[in-house]
Amino acid sequence: MTIAQTDEAQASRRTTPKGAGFDRAFEYLCFSAATMLLAALGGVMVSLIVGGWPAFAKFGVSFFTSSTWDPVEGVFGVAGPIVGTVVTSVLALAIAVPIAFGVAFFLVEFCPAPLRRPIGTAVELLAGVPSIVYGMWGLFVFAPVFAKYVQLPAMTAAPPGSVWEKLTQGIPNGTGIMAASIILAVMVLPFIAATLRDLLNTVPAQVRESAYGLGATTGEVVMKVTLPYVRRGAIGAVMLGLGRALGETMAVTFIIGNSHGFPKSLFDSGSTIASTIANEFAEASPGLHTASLVAAGLVLFIITFAVLTLARLMLGRPRSI
Amino acid sequence: MAVSAARVMSRRLANGAFTAFCVLVTLLALAFLAAILTTLIQKGVAGLSVDTFTMNTPAAGSRGGLLNAIIGSVLLCLYAMAIALVLGILAGTWLAEYAGDSRYGSVVRFINDVLLSAPSILIGLFVWQIMVANLLHHFSGYAGSVALALIAVPVIARTTEDVLRLQPTSLRESGVALGTPFWTVIRSILWKSASAGILTGGLLAFARISGETAPLLFTALNNQFLSLDMSKEMANLPVLMFNFALSAYDDLQRLAWAAALIVSGSVLGVTVIARLVSREQKQG
Repeated sequence: MTIAQTDEAQASRRTTPKGAGFDRAFEYLCFSAATMLLAALGGVMVSLIVGGWPAFAKFGVSFFTSSTWDPVEGVFGVAGPIVGTVVTSVLALAIAVPIAFGVAFFLVEFCPAPLRRPIGTAVELLAGVPSIVYGMWGLFVFAPVFAKYVQLPAMTAAPPGSVWEKLTQGIPNGTGIMAASIILAVMVLPFIAATLRDLLNTVPAQVRESAYGLGATTGEVVMKVTLPYVRRGAIGAVMLGLGRALGETMAVTFIIGNSHGFPKSLFDSGSTIASTIANEFAEASPGLHTASLVAAGLVLFIITFAVLTLARLMLGRPRSI
Repeated sequence: MAVSAARVMSRRLANGAFTAFCVLVTLLALAFLAAILTTLIQKGVAGLSVDTFTMNTPAAGSRGGLLNAIIGSVLLCLYAMAIALVLGILAGTWLAEYAGDSRYGSVVRFINDVLLSAPSILIGLFVWQIMVANLLHHFSGYAGSVALALIAVPVIARTTEDVLRLQPTSLRESGVALGTPFWTVIRSILWKSASAGILTGGLLAFARISGETAPLLFTALNNQFLSLDMSKEMANLPVLMFNFALSAYDDLQRLAWAAALIVSGSVLGVTVIARLVSREQKQG
């Protein structure tokens, strides 16, 4: 009885810690900051829908199927840029994936220990170069070399009337769909390589060692044991690269040639959704032209959102990039 | 032995080809980095002079430098980082300390991961819609900073969450056992012990936004003159590079390369510092 009374007396004398009243306020503050992220993504979507609505309303389905882009007449269709976006991204991945996988395998399996960190850092630096620098390098350094040593020989060697000739027609000035794809490939390969390297490092040592213990060669260990072990994540890493390639703006704007309409060949000039917006938005007249560019942005948003969602679902939670 | 010599041979050959391929593509990737860095240094250094840091951007054919663009870029990034650090650290703290396994928490986590790699030009379009078209009715430095901040926040939120999760639970418990309110535990104990990791996140975010061009094209726009007024158009290095590199004049292109060297140098430098900071933390 007496013990309980002293306890109660002590409890009433105990002061609440200083500042405890702010506990809830702080939690709400953090909560609102987190909610802001959700609001930002929602805001992007809503603003693109609202801003692009006039274009959808005016052109309907033909906005997606027509490749006419005529600011003077006020007729807009984004089929050309959509095709350009998809083609350059897919080509870029086709080039980047084998290279990125090779780099990741090298870093995990072959690289001598003292070189592992410097080469890893070099790959990360390649990812850190601003995209506009890739664009400038692509246009001023890469394009002339590409025109001289790839485009011209490929065009002269093409047999008349063949598919090859069709694919290589155009002006050999070093810019165009193929050149843009190659620059994009260089840009996304460090992301894929770094993610895949981290994934491969999570494979338990016993799994690798037992494969080696059975007498497998390094190539067999990688292709038949460790890569299948992380295949879900590996697909996620590739999708993440695809997401980057689809939305990449500045590098592509420099080198793709910026013509609307469908690209006719690998060396033909074209445009992507992002490059069209970057080129025209600041100078677009208010009204239908601006609305069409915003509507094109919505298309890009939907494509990348779908790809990134798939990538994240496949990858689970990798380290932050 | 049942193992035939031919099979051993073909496996060895396959492995040799595989090894050679991996080495070759790694060399190729390194060659790309070397080529880009060489170009940057060659062309960039040729464009650098005292004028670069003391004079404003010129018209074609006259003397000039990058002073206004450098100052503009620094201002845009500083404002953006100020916004992004506050929002990012708070959001990351919520995700790590309060969200737990709640459904809403995992939605926000997922959205943050999507925002991490969302196309920056769409962020620019969004900020243009809100701030340029509807709120302020003209291009401004504030709009540019907000766009950059939106790109930096997910990076900071993600790293903050990751490092806070690495802090041992006993740290929180010992704080609370002393009668400390939880928000003080977070501020004085958790943030402090996670500071190196949070700093790394901030540096990486800074590296990410300082070369970002696309969202500035129609938010901050550009400015020929030196201006410290964030409510007006603001000169900045990335947009200047875009305009000058595509201009027909040699002297402007030289300035564009000098700007490219300055931006890449600071981005790569900050990236390396961030890696060093995070490595020290891992060892310490």
